[in-house]
Amino acid sequence: MVDTRGYSCPTPVIMVQQELKKTAPSTLDVLADNRAAVENVTRFARNQGYAVSVTPDGADFRLKLSKP
Amino acid sequence: MKEFFKRNRLILTTGFVIGVIALALGALGNPGNMGFCVACFLRDIAGSLGLHGSANVQYFRPEIVGILLGSTLAALAFREFKGRGGSSPVLRFILGAFVMIGALMFLGCPLRMIIRLGSGDLNALLGLAGFFAGILAGAAFLKKGFNLKRAYTISCVEGAAFPVAMLVLFILSVSGIFGVFLSSEEGPGSLHAFWVVSLVAGLVVGFLCQRSRMCMAGGLRDVVLFRDCSLISGFIVLFLTVLVGSLILKGGAFSFAFSGQPVAHTDGLWNFLGMALVGWASILLGGCPLRQLVLAGEGNSDSAIAVLGMIAGAAFCHNWGLASSADGPTANGKVAVVAGFVVVALISIICTFAKKKGEN
Repeated sequence: MVDTRGYSCPTPVIMVQQELKKTAPSTLDVLADNRAAVENVTRFARNQGYAVSVTPDGADFRLKLSKP
Repeated sequence: MKEFFKRNRLILTTGFVIGVIALALGALGNPGNMGFCVACFLRDIAGSLGLHGSANVQYFRPEIVGILLGSTLAALAFREFKGRGGSSPVLRFILGAFVMIGALMFLGCPLRMIIRLGSGDLNALLGLAGFFAGILAGAAFLKKGFNLKRAYTISCVEGAAFPVAMLVLFILSVSGIFGVFLSSEEGPGSLHAFWVVSLVAGLVVGFLCQRSRMCMAGGLRDVVLFRDCSLISGFIVLFLTVLVGSLILKGGAFSFAFSGQPVAHTDGLWNFLGMALVGWASILLGGCPLRQLVLAGEGNSDSAIAVLGMIAGAAFCHNWGLASSADGPTANGKVAVVAGFVVVALISIICTFAKKKGEN
């Protein structure tokens, strides 16, 4: 789980990038609290070959990254 | 390729529309190659409020108010308006001030740099090289873990305060009821399109930039850090639009040249260094002056503070003789830009490495 809430871009993307680099997980949950972060993380993850699904979680967003 | 166009339709459209509007504002009265310039316009607003005494750069630019409110409207319409703040406001104020000092060394924000380039001003090429160098410096610290700490949810009143305050000041300036707002009678400040046109232009640009997240600093940063060209594509379209538009408008008179460019100087080294400072400080802030303005419109009070820092920076620039003119940079300006590099480097180093001892 990477919690990017409170951080403004590009920090959320960098947090996800570092997590992917460190552990190369097959799935990863990411929490974000703004649309721009959701879009940027989604675009980055897709470029890295992950499928991304986004679901609202209260006022926040939960992103599920998974390698097909 | 087709997929790229489809996915980036919004940002590509934004680049095109800003290009067309910039050309139109130039033709309708704005200073040369200055259809849009967030730095110059904030400087003019500082002058209009009497924060500095340079009589030729004073005017309450409606474009700025338009961008802010356009962003607010877009954020409200798409339910993205949210009060956020508390992420190192004083550091952001200082960074904003140095963004302005660098921009007024070069004479333009990143947006105007691209407009200048598309209009044939080759001095902007050195500015672009410097801007890129500054972004590389900032991105290196981002990679090492630089951040200004998290922001928190704040009240919508706090989030809306800055755009609303600017709107009120703007209404007062247009109505002229108190007669306290200054307005240049000559020089760049006296050159402007009719205020309704400027305001509407700003509204359209602010709306589109909020939706597309248009950002010059972010565009280059994403290329460097993530090999992602989405954001930068908007600026490439903007450049091409201004280039083609200038060719049509100027016809045979168009040429790429260093000398004789409007509101510009030819000192390559300081054009480079000025924009390098803008690039570096913008990366630390998370976006170029245009993006800060748009975020401020969305309820982000950290960005509002950065914009206030830019306004204060502009006042310093003109009160202390830091801003360049067509004659070139000033000695004081050079000292201030060097001081800017020292301050920005210190902020970068401390905020990257200090956290490693006691995380958060």
